[in-house]
Amino acid sequence: MIRFILRRLAQAVPTLLAVITVSFFLMRLAPGGPFDLERPLAPAAMENLRRVYGLDRPLIEQFGSYLASLLQGDLGPSFSFRDMSVLDLIARGLPVSATLGALALALATGLGVSLGVAAALGRGGVIDRLLGIGAALTLSLPSFVVAPLLQIAFGLTLRWLPLGGWNDGAPSHLVLPVITLALPQIGALARLTRASLAEVLRTQPVRTMRSLGLPPARVTRHALRGALLPVVAYLGPLAAALLTGSIVVETIFGLPGIGRYFVEGALNRDYTLVMGTVLLVAGLVIALNIAADLACAWLDPRLRARI
Amino acid sequence: MHLRRRDWLAGAAALCAVRPARAADLLYRRGNDADPETLDPHRSSTVAEAHILRDLCDGLLTYDNRGAIIPGAAQAGTVSPDGLTFRFDLRPDGLWSNGEAVTASDFVYSLRRILDPKTGAKYAEILFPIRNAAAVNRGEMPADALAVEAEGPLRLSIALEQPTPYFLELLTHQTALPVHRASVERYGESFTRPGNLVTNGPYRLRDRVPGGAITLEANPHHPAAAGLAIRQVAFLPTPDLAAAVRRYAADEIDSLADLPVDQIADLRRRFGSQVVLGPALGLAALVVNTRKAPFSDRRVRQALSLVIDREYLADGLNGGTMSPAYSLCPPGLDNYRTPPETAGRLGLPIDHEAEARRLLTEAGFGPGNPLTVEYRFNVSDNNRTVAVAIAEMWRDLGIRTRFVYTDAKTHFAYLRDGGDFDVARMSWIADYSDAQNFLFLLQSGNDGMNAGRWSNAAYDDLMARSAAERDLGRRADLLYDAETIALRELPWIPLMHYRSKALIAPRLHGYHPNLRNAAPTRFLRLAA
Amino acid sequence: MASLAVLVLIALACLIGPALTGHDPERAYPDLRQLPAGLTTQPDAAHLGPALERLAFRMRARLDAVARDGDSLRLTLGSDAGVDRRSLVYLPRSALFDAPEVVEERDSGRSLIVAVPLRRLHFPLGTDIQGRDLLTRCLVAGRISLAIGLVASLAALLIGVLYGATAGFLGGAVDAVMMRFVDVLYALPFVFFVILLLVFFRPSVLLMLVAITAVEWLDMARVVRAQTMSLRTRDFVRAAYALGLDARRIILRHIVPNTLGPVAVTATLLVPQVILLESFLSFLGLGVQEPQASWGVLIAEGARSIEAAPHLLAAPAAFLIATLVALNLLGDGLADALDPRAE
Repeated sequence: MIRFILRRLAQAVPTLLAVITVSFFLMRLAPGGPFDLERPLAPAAMENLRRVYGLDRPLIEQFGSYLASLLQGDLGPSFSFRDMSVLDLIARGLPVSATLGALALALATGLGVSLGVAAALGRGGVIDRLLGIGAALTLSLPSFVVAPLLQIAFGLTLRWLPLGGWNDGAPSHLVLPVITLALPQIGALARLTRASLAEVLRTQPVRTMRSLGLPPARVTRHALRGALLPVVAYLGPLAAALLTGSIVVETIFGLPGIGRYFVEGALNRDYTLVMGTVLLVAGLVIALNIAADLACAWLDPRLRARI
Repeated sequence: MHLRRRDWLAGAAALCAVRPARAADLLYRRGNDADPETLDPHRSSTVAEAHILRDLCDGLLTYDNRGAIIPGAAQAGTVSPDGLTFRFDLRPDGLWSNGEAVTASDFVYSLRRILDPKTGAKYAEILFPIRNAAAVNRGEMPADALAVEAEGPLRLSIALEQPTPYFLELLTHQTALPVHRASVERYGESFTRPGNLVTNGPYRLRDRVPGGAITLEANPHHPAAAGLAIRQVAFLPTPDLAAAVRRYAADEIDSLADLPVDQIADLRRRFGSQVVLGPALGLAALVVNTRKAPFSDRRVRQALSLVIDREYLADGLNGGTMSPAYSLCPPGLDNYRTPPETAGRLGLPIDHEAEARRLLTEAGFGPGNPLTVEYRFNVSDNNRTVAVAIAEMWRDLGIRTRFVYTDAKTHFAYLRDGGDFDVARMSWIADYSDAQNFLFLLQSGNDGMNAGRWSNAAYDDLMARSAAERDLGRRADLLYDAETIALRELPWIPLMHYRSKALIAPRLHGYHPNLRNAAPTRFLRLAA
Repeated sequence: MASLAVLVLIALACLIGPALTGHDPERAYPDLRQLPAGLTTQPDAAHLGPALERLAFRMRARLDAVARDGDSLRLTLGSDAGVDRRSLVYLPRSALFDAPEVVEERDSGRSLIVAVPLRRLHFPLGTDIQGRDLLTRCLVAGRISLAIGLVASLAALLIGVLYGATAGFLGGAVDAVMMRFVDVLYALPFVFFVILLLVFFRPSVLLMLVAITAVEWLDMARVVRAQTMSLRTRDFVRAAYALGLDARRIILRHIVPNTLGPVAVTATLLVPQVILLESFLSFLGLGVQEPQASWGVLIAEGARSIEAAPHLLAAPAAFLIATLVALNLLGDGLADALDPRAE
């Protein structure tokens, strides 16, 4: 297993390199630079700024020096927050996004998988139908609709919860954002689990076990191992997406996470910030994929041989 | 599932601890548009930063809460008879937030720093009226060639290139704010971190969370420290205005500096007199590509301008948060007269329409040859609404409009780089209350700002003469004549003038909307 | 099945509905902006007053008297400079009135009595910020949303299934390379990719399709690969292999049909995801361009004025939710039906 991990990590290096290169050059291709504002800058000031930040050098040279600084662990200065380095910003924002993401993941997985199992077990029954509709509903609501509705319901009307702000992670400030983040995934995971489990329950080995009179709980547990395969495969990228924050949730609830950095960085042409965030996401995706593959292997003994 | 229950319990427990407000520690939660890019005054450029910096730093002069210029770090000043040399006496009790004295050499250092090309200041050109400033900023002269000198520990002299009536106001601008030399030299780039930042204003920096809040606390060394009614202020970014209004409604924010325009009627209904509109120094206009036929034809531009129902755009679509503009300069500018106007306000709209039709026919357009216009703008809700409305108005003339919209950076970069366009939306927020700060945009060679590349020798001549003119009355006349030319030729079609819009909670006192959009926290008061 | 019926209904409505509502989707009624949903005939008393004031101002005349005469109004307009009859054209232009008729002229033109028939307009779902009929807008937007949803999903499905099955089946180095490629694409900043596309080329529906497809096929590929990998070692596949069938046939004839269960499910997760992704882009302002609209654009607009004009959100959201729920339920049914081992 160690060898598997090491092998995958080694494979990760060219992936990361490819990600860096493609992102770097893609970003620079977009028109507009970090210093273009609503209020146009005097050309002299613009040239000066470009010189100060090294943006007037040839692209290859800039790329080279970026790679060099990466190796030293320096992600560069941010263009939209000129007082801070990208590393600072990510270090500040990641705990926030990760907390929300982890809680949302736990909530979505716990609730989603449980509901999916319940639906699969009661297949065709009332629970199944209801959960089907429920899942469909949660999947159909964009987060930028859910968030304001939750704010209005729980914040303004009932006055139970604050509408926004981080407040150092006070639990009351976490509730609404986590629910907003988790909601669509509860539905998605429920469906996926249900479909997968329902299918496994009908396979020969399971039916055999049933006809042999094994207790249903044990049969279910057995079936689950195989059924969770596609779910775990789905969880890999899901975790990466959730942990790196959501711009919608962070904007509407006023949370200082890194979700906004991505989109706002792109819109602001903050090259270094976007690169830093891209690296982070890439790294997480790779790491979580490895974890997901390991989990798949644990679940399905037939896959262990590949590891 | 377990987690969820725990969440709920924790949430319920936290309810009891929600927002305890003790009188001495009242925190003013101030909505402030966007997160600042920087707290280094010499690198700053946005209005949001200006608000924070005004609380953190005292320039030689500063504003009060009615937008009047008042002494800041300087307690008195004189100007030479030829208007070219200013001398300031700093107040002897001015202190930095670490207790050190504020001296004239601090200002010399600061002014040199912002003009130093290595600083990469976006707004250095504000201070170009200072002699040699432009040359220093271009790297042609060393920093100490700047005509700013400390004539004593508390006496500062500044020499100008030309008499500049708005110079005092420039000194209140965020670029002219002082920085603490020792901190900059010691910490370099990170001198603006909480804990490192040393400032001379009524407040000092306590904490800064990007995307969260910037918290300031009263600076005990400041001369006005004892009289500060608000001792803590948190500046909160409000990227989503609708969500910000909700938080305001829930009493989580005490004031908002920007409002969702399409909900103004509803906001007025819900909050009544808490919605405060005021004058502002800004223009929203359409820039026309005067290099390109048929828009190089003045008649076409005039026709386009004549049929625009600016009152509907301003009062209807923008709910009164903008005023109809028939001139480039908004009313109320210092050192100026009532601005001239382009055709359209007086007379019958139906006559304007007939006139516009006539102009278009003369220019060769008609039912058989309709004019097509490509209208470019940057994505923002109200830009779109306004664009669609204007297209409808042009449709009455048989003009077909096509929209191209992009994100803000692309839009402005495109215009700056001379991309092809017909008509593009643009807006300009002035830095100081003088007509020159609007009219200089249309001078030849001002490529970055003059996207339509309009060039008029008479206009340039008038602007140059006004810059050298010492008599304020004659200067105003020269500027007026220049603006008249611009409004006749219409390289920019003025649409609306901005108004400041805010939501002010009843417990917040001392806010007076003013042209400079200045609401320094030191003059505000929170009743519990 | 109920869901299929609902979907067909919505699709039909979006296709032919706009022609039946009596409103042009781009027609703006400046005096009837942000009208709530309802059956009242417009213009009603509440809106007529301000409309007449605005029109009077535009005509630079005073509104001295207004009298209701059945389905038309008698307006008394006055102006010291004389009321210009040409200005009366503003009345029908506002789309609230039909052609006016001057009934009487007094005071040598300083006072004009005009009879103008009132139009009867209905806006069952209200109007948006500009004053455009929301029902028509929703239906027209539906065309775009459904088109994007179906086409992008289909494309992503095809690409994803083929890619994932091939990678999962072939395994080894080929699989490693293929999945690394997927990883790279996954880690790219999607929004940036879309901005680039929108900037280099004229923004359009086609561009949205390409951009969305390019992202959505990744999930599909991943799921199919996982499934394929576990199917690969199953007996029937081994048998086919032993029988000498070549890889391509095995993939197409045996693997793909057996992945249809989770694929169908993922696919029905895909269409709503696509539509939601499109609405997210609209929220950021990068979606479909004026004057076209999609449900995403309408919902993004509506989400901003929830308190002020809830119908602006409710209407398109209802359409979206109904469609997505129906799609999801349909997918459920499909998954059950397509299961090769159904009893």
